[in-house]
Amino acid sequence: MRRLFLAFGLMLLAAGGAQAVQPDEVLPNTALEQRARAISGELRCLVCQNQSIDDSDAPLARDLRILVRERLVAGDNDKAVVDFVVARYGDFVLLRPPFNAQTLLLWLAPFLVLLLALFFVWTRARGRSASNAGPQPLSPEERERLATLLGPDEKS
Amino acid sequence: MIVEIGHYALALALGVSIIQALVPFWGIVRQDRALASVGSSAALIAFALVALSFAALVTSYVRSDFSVGNVVANSHSAQPLIYRFTSVWGNHEGSMLLWVLILTLFGALVALSRNSVPPRLRAGALAAQGLVAVAFLAFTLFTSNPFERLSPAPAEGQDLNPILQDLGLAIHPPLLYIGYVGFSITYAFAVAALIDGRIDAMWARAVRPWTLLAWTFLTLGIAMGSYWAYYELGWGGWWFWDPVENASFMPWIAGTALIHSTVVMEKRDALKVWTILLAILTFSLSLLGTFIVRSGVLTSVHSFATDPARGVFILLILVFFVGGSLALFAWRAPLLRQGGLFAPVSRESALVVNNIFLATACATVFIGTLYPLVLELLTGAKISVGAPFYNATFIPVMVPLLLILPLGQSLAWKRGDLLGAAQRNAAAFGLAVLAALALIAFTRGGPVLAPLGIALGVFLVLAAGFDLAERIIARASGWHAMFSRAKGLPRSAWGTALAHAGIGLSIIGIAAQAWSTEAISVLKPGERLTSGRYTIVLEGVTPRTGPNFRAEVARFQLFSGDREMAPLEGSKRIYTARNMPTTEAGIRTDGLSQAYVSLGEAQDGGVAVRLYDKPLILLIWIGSLVMAAGGVLSLTDRRFRLAAPKRAAPAAAAPQPAE
Repeated sequence: MRRLFLAFGLMLLAAGGAQAVQPDEVLPNTALEQRARAISGELRCLVCQNQSIDDSDAPLARDLRILVRERLVAGDNDKAVVDFVVARYGDFVLLRPPFNAQTLLLWLAPFLVLLLALFFVWTRARGRSASNAGPQPLSPEERERLATLLGPDEKS
Repeated sequence: MIVEIGHYALALALGVSIIQALVPFWGIVRQDRALASVGSSAALIAFALVALSFAALVTSYVRSDFSVGNVVANSHSAQPLIYRFTSVWGNHEGSMLLWVLILTLFGALVALSRNSVPPRLRAGALAAQGLVAVAFLAFTLFTSNPFERLSPAPAEGQDLNPILQDLGLAIHPPLLYIGYVGFSITYAFAVAALIDGRIDAMWARAVRPWTLLAWTFLTLGIAMGSYWAYYELGWGGWWFWDPVENASFMPWIAGTALIHSTVVMEKRDALKVWTILLAILTFSLSLLGTFIVRSGVLTSVHSFATDPARGVFILLILVFFVGGSLALFAWRAPLLRQGGLFAPVSRESALVVNNIFLATACATVFIGTLYPLVLELLTGAKISVGAPFYNATFIPVMVPLLLILPLGQSLAWKRGDLLGAAQRNAAAFGLAVLAALALIAFTRGGPVLAPLGIALGVFLVLAAGFDLAERIIARASGWHAMFSRAKGLPRSAWGTALAHAGIGLSIIGIAAQAWSTEAISVLKPGERLTSGRYTIVLEGVTPRTGPNFRAEVARFQLFSGDREMAPLEGSKRIYTARNMPTTEAGIRTDGLSQAYVSLGEAQDGGVAVRLYDKPLILLIWIGSLVMAAGGVLSLTDRRFRLAAPKRAAPAAAAPQPAE
C-alpha cells in the first residue's frame, strides 16, 4: 500500500515491478537464507520510503541483501550482521529503533499513555462516586416536543 | 469554457461557504431563527456548486482536454474510459477537489436531515462545517487549482502513473475520503454542542449515524486499499505500517472508540465530555492525515521546506481547527454536566476500558508516525520507525482489549455481573483454547504465536455468535418463537455482533499468514516451482499489447497437491507514455486461500518467478467487509430510521416557539 499511497498522495514515482529478493541472491543453505530474510525485514532500504531491504527492489537494497548474506556465510551471528550494517549506515537503517536516550519516549509512550489513562479514569471514578450528579432535566420546550413525538403509541 | 465554469463554480462555492460559516453563527448569537437557518440552503448550494465544478473537471478528463495542465500531467488519450475518469482524483489537485466534494456533500446531507437533528444544533454544526469547507476550498483554489490552462496545449498527455491505472483507484480514494471527511460532521456537531453549552442523549442520537457512516466507509476504504496494495504491488504484503497508511488508520481507531463512547452517551447519558473530546480528536486525526499525505513532510523535513506553500497552508488549517476546537473545549467543557452513574462492573465501565485501550493504541501509532519527524527537527538525528516497532507495541495493546471484548459485550448496563459474563463466554473460550491446542499439535515445530492469534479470532467469532444465539433462544420455545425473537432483536445488536465477529475473522486471516510460504526461482518453459500446497509449471511467455502498454505474459499450469486448477497468468507491463514497468500478479483463489505468482526479470533464458501460498488470506478482507456490514446494520437500526417521519407531522402542525 505504501507505493500506491505514495504514488497517489505524494506523486512520487516508484518504479513498479516489485521483485525484492532475486533468485541469484538466495543462499543454498535454507537455514542461513531464513536468517537472512528475517534480518532483511528489520533493515531499512535507505533510499526508499520506509521499506525494508527485503521488500525493496532498489539497487542499494540489493547490495545490502547481498552484504547481509555474505556476513552470514562468513559465520557472523545475527547481531554481528546487524551491528556491521549499523556501523556503516547508522541507526537510521534500523526499522526497529534501538532503545536509548533519544528513543526513550518513543518506546515508553504506549505504556505511559495507558497508565495515565487508567490513573485519570480511576481518580475521576473516585471523585464521581462522591458527588452525585443526575441526568440533566429537559427544558420545558424539549419536554413538550418529547410529548408530541412520543404520542400515545410509543410509551413502552 | 467548461473548465472556466468549473473554476468559477469553485470560487462561488468558497463565497457560499463563507456565508454558511458566518450567518448561522450570527443567528445563534442573535437568537435569530431565520439567520440560523441560512446554513441549510448555503450548504445545499455549496454542494451543487462543487458538484458542478467536479463535473467540469471530469468532463475535461474524459474528453482528454489537454489545454488543462492537470489533465496533461495525469492522463493520456489512449487510457480506457474508466481510467480517464479515475485519473481525476489520481493526483493532488483533483483529489483535493474530491475531498471538498465529499465535504460539501456531507454538509448538504446534514442540511437535508431536518427532522432527526434539533434545529439549533444543526445550525451550529452547519456553521462549523462551513468553516472547514472554507478552509479547504481556499486551499484548493489558491494552492492546488486543477483548472489551470496551458498555452500552447500539448497534443498528448503524460499518462496517469501506471500503478494507479487500476480499478482500485476507482474505489479506494472515494471510500477513504467519505470516511475521513465524514468525521467532519461529528466534529461540527461537537463544536456546535460546545458553543451551545448543552449536551445530552439527543446529541448522541443525532451524531451516532454520522459516526457509523464515516466509520463504515473508512473501514471499507482501508480494507480496499490494503487488498489493492496486495494484488498490485506484487510481493504479497498487505499492510506495511507506512506513515501514509497510519494516517488513515489513526482516525479509524479513534472513530472506533467514538462509536463506542457515543453508545454510552446515548443510552446512559454518561461519558459526555470525553465523547465531545473524542469527536474533536477523531477529525483532528483526519486533518493530520491530510497534512501528512498532502504536505510532502514525509519524504523529508527538508523537501517540505523547499516547497512550503501547500504544506504550510494545511499546517495552518490543522493548527486552526485542532487548536481552535481544543481551546473551545477547554473553555466550554466545564459547563457540560456529567450524568449517568454506573458501577465499576458494568457495560459502561467495559466501554470505558475499550476507550482507554483504543486511545492508547491510537497514541502508539501517532507517536510512532510523528516521532522520527519531531526528533529530526529537534536534534537532527534520523531514526526509522517501521513494522517491527508497531508489532512490538501496537499488538500488545490490542490483544488484552480483544480478549475482554466478549466479556464487556455480555455485561449489563449500570451494574453487571462479571461471573455471569464470564460463564456466558466460557463455552466460546473453551472451544477457542481447544482450537489452539489442536493447531499446536497439528503444526508442531511451526510458528508459536500464530495458533494463539487464531484462537483469539475464533474466540471473538464464537462469542459474538453465542451472544446472539443466547438472546434469540433464551425464553423462546420452538422455532417460530425463536424466529420472531431473532427478527425482534434490534438491528444494532446484529450490527454489534457482526462487527465483533468481523474483527475475529480478520485476526484469523492475519495470524494464518504465519504459515504463508514463498519460493523464488528462475523458470524456463516446462519447469516447475512448488511453494506450500501449490505447484506451478511455466507453459510459456508471450508478448501482448494493451491500449497504452506492452506486456510480457507468462502462463502457468497450477496444481494444488495433485489436483489441477485453472491456469494462471502473471505479467510484466511497460506503460509506453512514461516508459514505466509494473507487475501484474497472477492470483488464483482456492477457498479462502490464494496462490499468488509474481514475475521478475527475464534472465538466463528463463524468467524469475516467485510463488506464494497465502493460507486463509481472504479472511483479512472478508473480516473487514463483515465489520462494515455490521456498521450498515446498526445504521439501519429502528431508532435512527423512525426519527424522521414520527417528528415531521407534529412539527408541521404546531410551529415551534422561537428560542
